[in-house]
Amino acid sequence: MVRGMGKYLVNLPAVTGRRLVIALPLIWLAVFFFLPLVETLQVSFTSPRRGIPPYEPLWGIGDDGLFTNFTTGNYALLLQYWSDYFGPAFNSIKLAFFSTLVCLLFAYPMAWWIARSNEKWRTILLVLVMLPFWTSSLLRIYALIGLLNPNGFINTAGLWFGLIDAPIQMMQTDFSIYMGMVLTYLPLMILPLYAVMIRLDADLLDAAADLGGSGVQIFRTIILPLTLPGIIAGSLLVFIPAVGEFVIPALLGGPDQLMMGKVLWTEFFRNRDWPVASAIAMLLLAILTVPIIYARYQDGRDAVAETPNPKRVEAG
Amino acid sequence: MAPFIRLRSISKHFVDVVAVDDLSLDIEKGELFCLLGASGCGKSTLLRLLAGFESPTKGVIEIDGQDMGGVAPANRPVNFMFQNYALFPHMSVTDNIGYGLRRAGMRGTELAERVDSLLKLVRLHELGGRKPHQLSGGQRQRVALARALARRPKLLLLDEPLAALDKKLREDTQFELVDIQEKLGTTFIVVTHDQEEAMTLAGRIGIMDAGQLVQVDAPRRLYERPKSSFVADFLGTISFVDAVVASCDKTSITIGGDLNICAACDDDLPVGAAVKLAIRPEKIYLSRTKSGNVNEIEVVVEDLAYLGFATNYRVKTASGQMFKLQQQQRRSLDAPLSWGETGYVHFDPQDVIVLQD
Repeated sequence: MVRGMGKYLVNLPAVTGRRLVIALPLIWLAVFFFLPLVETLQVSFTSPRRGIPPYEPLWGIGDDGLFTNFTTGNYALLLQYWSDYFGPAFNSIKLAFFSTLVCLLFAYPMAWWIARSNEKWRTILLVLVMLPFWTSSLLRIYALIGLLNPNGFINTAGLWFGLIDAPIQMMQTDFSIYMGMVLTYLPLMILPLYAVMIRLDADLLDAAADLGGSGVQIFRTIILPLTLPGIIAGSLLVFIPAVGEFVIPALLGGPDQLMMGKVLWTEFFRNRDWPVASAIAMLLLAILTVPIIYARYQDGRDAVAETPNPKRVEAG
Repeated sequence: MAPFIRLRSISKHFVDVVAVDDLSLDIEKGELFCLLGASGCGKSTLLRLLAGFESPTKGVIEIDGQDMGGVAPANRPVNFMFQNYALFPHMSVTDNIGYGLRRAGMRGTELAERVDSLLKLVRLHELGGRKPHQLSGGQRQRVALARALARRPKLLLLDEPLAALDKKLREDTQFELVDIQEKLGTTFIVVTHDQEEAMTLAGRIGIMDAGQLVQVDAPRRLYERPKSSFVADFLGTISFVDAVVASCDKTSITIGGDLNICAACDDDLPVGAAVKLAIRPEKIYLSRTKSGNVNEIEVVVEDLAYLGFATNYRVKTASGQMFKLQQQQRRSLDAPLSWGETGYVHFDPQDVIVLQD
């Protein structure tokens, strides 16, 4: 009896503790991610109005009982004026794609180098990678403006040393946008790459070399396939937020390139057309998540195929 | 004929340690050679030097008459089997074994046939489609062996090939490895810290300590005629007696003092020279009564351990000298000596090893 009690007392907090650990992030996600998502979805099917909030409720109970304001008009509008939205969407996806690519090209050798350095250096280098995260991203963008301006640090120094005759236009160009994007998103690419590279057994490389593999062959047949999960994870981590990036193109880019983030901002705050803005957001979300979910599904199927022949227990 | 592998004054210095220290060794073609030593003695470094993963700080490595200085691992007639097997986790068994062949440009049916014959050699022909994580430890070990043999190396280097297997499997695999080596005639160099493994596998064993080869010999000679107390102590169990030569007549020496031991000896040792006598436990006989043999000493049983097939004893003489001995259980109803009982040990002068270090 006493012993049973003891067992109960020991196990009870452990179980609730475990549940609490899982429940907290779950509640967090439900409140701050899932509910807003549902709200956005609802708003995308209503019509705008003057007032607070600036949209009709999707459904409610009025004098005549239950009423709904369900409309697919916002999506129809997007389809009708698709050419107005296609440009910014294309710009955003292009920016995100090339930012991801440039980040990958820089991050891959950096992560490799960090993973292959000795333990003491590894820690220092990782801290250096993460250090920029500790300052506000806006602050970093302004610092970059200070560097790239026509009368900024680089141009001033170039003129001073006689390397250039006139200031180079770096601000409001693709160069400045990509500088800002890479500067902001590089750690998100380095960390998942580092995580797979640190687990890559150095003996595998020796084994491949011993079996006659050249440097390029070893990279193609061993290193690349084994670091692919890191490449995918890092690319998603950079690509997804980069598509919606609003601040960097606005501050560093020129006026000619309209991004999706800017369009959303305009719809929300200038036109105060929340339903259309929500519809844009939902459509963008669908375009981005469907391929990812499909890829994950494919991954899952591969993983199932890889498990050793499970012993089938036939019923009856 | 020049030896197949010749190491001449090889040294390998790392930043803080000397891993291999002025080591020379010749190995003949077709030999199964074992490098045996405690961890950190430099045996694995020596293997990596042969494979070409490291280059020696000093000295020359020749394989099949060719200087290996500056030759990349891929261009050596050598393959390496890793302790953790280093199988490529994203490739099937077939692709792992075929990796080296594909790098050599082999494709199509020729490749398939070669991989197939290798799979048969290591008895894995049913499992070619599996990934490494779907295999047992023993199966993985065989894939690693097949992969290392695929390019038909003249020399195969094996780093602790059996260390990751459990004891029962290890014993079977030892014989399998020897069979494969004899079938192919490839020269094998095996690194191990397990002396039983070395004794079973090797034609010759090189015992390493602190980056140097202490003694290179056939297993039997190493065990029965070690040249130093390090080797005598490293291989198996042994009892040492510190002694001073009382007389020597080229065939035997005698020591005086309270223990009067006579030992066979080929060397001419001066009277008064300090020597160490070493006797293996199974060469010492223990009896309840005096038998009148040479080298008979009265002892008291200090400790005993019954093993079933034999009993291990630790006995002590009146002067405090310890002997470790093992007595076979020949008749089950023998009344063995027990704790604190007095008995007599004796051993043949031929079985006493005279060490001078």
